[in-house]
Amino acid sequence: MLEASHLECQRGDRRLFAGVDFRLDAGEMLFLQGKNGSGKTTLLRMICGLSHPVSGEIRWKGESIHALGETFREELCYLGHLNAIKEELTPLENLSASAKLAGEALNEDEALDALEVVGLLGREDLACKYLSQGQKRRVALSRLVQEKRALWVLDEPFVALDVAAVSWLAGLIGAHLQRGGLAVLTTHQTVDIPAGAIRELKLS
Amino acid sequence: MNNRLINWFKYASPQSFYPLAGKMIPWFTALAVIFGIAGLWIGMAVAPTDFQQGEGYRIIFIHVPASWMSMFIYLVMAFWAALGLAYNTRLSGMMASALAPTGALMAFLSLWTGALWGKPMWGTWWVWDARLTSELILLFLYIGFIALQASIDDPRRADKAGAILALVGVVNIPIIYFSVKWWNTLHQGSSVSLTKSPSMAMLMLWGMLLMALSFWMYSIAVSLIRARSIMLERERNTEWVKDVLAGEGK
Amino acid sequence: MMGMVAAITARDLKLAMRRQADIVSVLFFFIIVASLFPLGIGPEQDLLRKLAPGVLWVGALLATMLSLPKLFADDFRDGTLEQLVLAPQPLGLTVLGKVLAHWLVSGLPLALLAPVLGLQFDLSSDALLVLTVSLLIGTPALSGIGAIGAALTLGLRGGGVLVSLLVLPLYIPVLIFGAGAVDATVAGLGAEAHLSILGALAIGGVFFAPWATAAALRIALE
Repeated sequence: MLEASHLECQRGDRRLFAGVDFRLDAGEMLFLQGKNGSGKTTLLRMICGLSHPVSGEIRWKGESIHALGETFREELCYLGHLNAIKEELTPLENLSASAKLAGEALNEDEALDALEVVGLLGREDLACKYLSQGQKRRVALSRLVQEKRALWVLDEPFVALDVAAVSWLAGLIGAHLQRGGLAVLTTHQTVDIPAGAIRELKLS
Repeated sequence: MNNRLINWFKYASPQSFYPLAGKMIPWFTALAVIFGIAGLWIGMAVAPTDFQQGEGYRIIFIHVPASWMSMFIYLVMAFWAALGLAYNTRLSGMMASALAPTGALMAFLSLWTGALWGKPMWGTWWVWDARLTSELILLFLYIGFIALQASIDDPRRADKAGAILALVGVVNIPIIYFSVKWWNTLHQGSSVSLTKSPSMAMLMLWGMLLMALSFWMYSIAVSLIRARSIMLERERNTEWVKDVLAGEGK
Repeated sequence: MMGMVAAITARDLKLAMRRQADIVSVLFFFIIVASLFPLGIGPEQDLLRKLAPGVLWVGALLATMLSLPKLFADDFRDGTLEQLVLAPQPLGLTVLGKVLAHWLVSGLPLALLAPVLGLQFDLSSDALLVLTVSLLIGTPALSGIGAIGAALTLGLRGGGVLVSLLVLPLYIPVLIFGAGAVDATVAGLGAEAHLSILGALAIGGVFFAPWATAAALRIALE
C-alpha cells in the first residue's frame, strides 16, 4: 500500500540519506531507527507530504501521494513531535477542535470517552497550560483513540509517557494494525507492539 | 517535440548553464559598451539643445532607459519565478535572485535622475507624479524581494518564497499603477509629467534606443555574472563546482 | 467544506477571546497613533479635517500590520499548522477561515473605533459614516493580503519588520481608495466610485490571496 523508492534528502549542504526504499502493506508497521539528526523526522514528514525529497517518490496504493493530495490526506493521521494542542483551550476543546479540522465528526461523549481512555477524565475542563508535559502528550494522543484512518505516522509517540501509558499506546497501535491499518513510527525506547508484522529501517 | 523539451532542460541545470553563461558574458559586455558609447555620443554631442529645457533635458537618455529596464526586469523576474515554481528547476531561482539587485538599481537610477531633472525643470527634487510614485513603489517591491531572500537561510525556501512574492507583486503592479494614476488625477497640482516633453526628434529617439539597448546588454551581462557566482556558492559541494574551481586555479 | 472554514474561524475566535490583551493592544495602538498626529501638527481644525482620512487610514493600516505576525506564528510554533496543512481540504479554504477570524478581531473593531477617533479630527457625520464604511470594506483586503506576508516570513528572524516591508507596498491601492472615499466626502463629492473599487480590491484580496498564502505556508513548513 505504502511504497517509497530511492528517496534522497538534503538539508543545506548535507545529504541526510539517499536510496531509501521500503514497502508497507496492510497490518504492517515500519519502525524507523537512526541516530539524532539522521533524518527520521524528515522522512516522516516526507511520508506525510510535508517535505519533498530531492529525488525519489512515495506512493500510496500505487499513486504518488502528491498527485493524490486530499485523497491521501483523508487516510493519513500524523502525530508530530509537537503536540499540536492549544495551551488556552481545554483538553475537550482541543480534541473536538482537531477532530473538526480534520473533517471528522466527534460528539462530546466520544471525546469524553477518549479522554477517559488516556486518563484525563476530571481534567477535561482545565486549560492545557496547567497540565504537565506528560498530560499534554496524552491530550495529543487522545486523537488516536477514535482514529480510523488507515495510515498512522507517529514521531516519537512514547516520549514523556509513563510505563502504563506506554503499554496502553502500544496496545492501541497493535489494535490498529490488527484492523488492517499501517503505521510508521520512530522511537528511542524499546516497545513491544503486541500484533502485526514489524519492518525495520535504519537510517545512517 | 519531446526531444526539443529535453534540449531546453539541459540548460536548466546550473552545471551546463555555467560555462554557457561564461561564454556569453564578454559579448554582452562588449555590446553594452558599444551601444552605450554610441547612445551617449548621440545624446550628449549630436542631439540639439532643447530650446525650452536647455542642456538639462539630456538626462532623459539615462532616465528613460532606466525606467524601462526597471519595469522590464521585474517582469523577467516574475517569469523566472513562475518557471521555478512550475518545474522546480534550480536555475530559475538563481536567475530571479541575480536579477533583483539590477532591477532595484535601475529603479533607483530612474528616481535619482528623475529628481535631478525635476530640480531645474520644476524647481523641486520631488513631485508626486504618477510615474515617479509608481517607480518608487516598484523600488519598494524590489527591496522587499531582496530583504525576504536575504533573511531565509535555506536557498530552496528562499527561491520559492521569493517566487511567490514576485508573482504577487507582478499581479499587483498594474493595480498599483492604476490606483496611483487615479489618485494623481484627483489631486491636481502636480500634473507635470516627465515624459510630456515636446514631441521627440528622430535623432533623440535613436539616442534613447541605443541607450536602452546598452542598458539591456549591461543588465544581461551583470545578472549572468551574478548568477554564476550564486551557482558556485550554492553548489560549492558538488563535483562540477570543484572541477570548475580547480580549472580556474591553474 | 464551508463547515470547515467556519470551524477554523470559530477556533481562532475562541483563542482570541482567551487572549483579549492582543486585540486590545492593537486597538490602543490605533488610538495612540491617531491622537499623536494632532499633537504633531497643531490643533487647527481645517488642517486636521483635511488630514483625517489619510491619518486614520494609515493608522488602521499600521495597526493591522502589527497584528499580522501572530496570524500563523502560534500555529507554527505548537505544530497545529502541520495538522491544518494535512487536513483533507484545500489549504486555501483553511487560510480563508483564518483570514476571516483575523478580520473579525482586528479589522472590524478598527472600523468601529474609527468614527470615534474621527471626532478628534472634527469630521462631519457624513465623513464619519463613509470612513466607517470604507474601513469595513477595505480591512478584509488588508487581512487577506497581509496573510501572504505573514506566511512568507513565518519563522524568519526579524519577521515583524520584514512583514511590513513586504506588505505595505501592496496595501497602497487599498489606502488610496479607502482614504480617497473619505476625502471625496469631505470635499462634497460622492464616494461611490471609490467604495466600489475598494470593494473589488477586497474581493480580490479575500478570495485570491489565500491561495498564494497557502503556497507560502507549504514552503514555510518544508
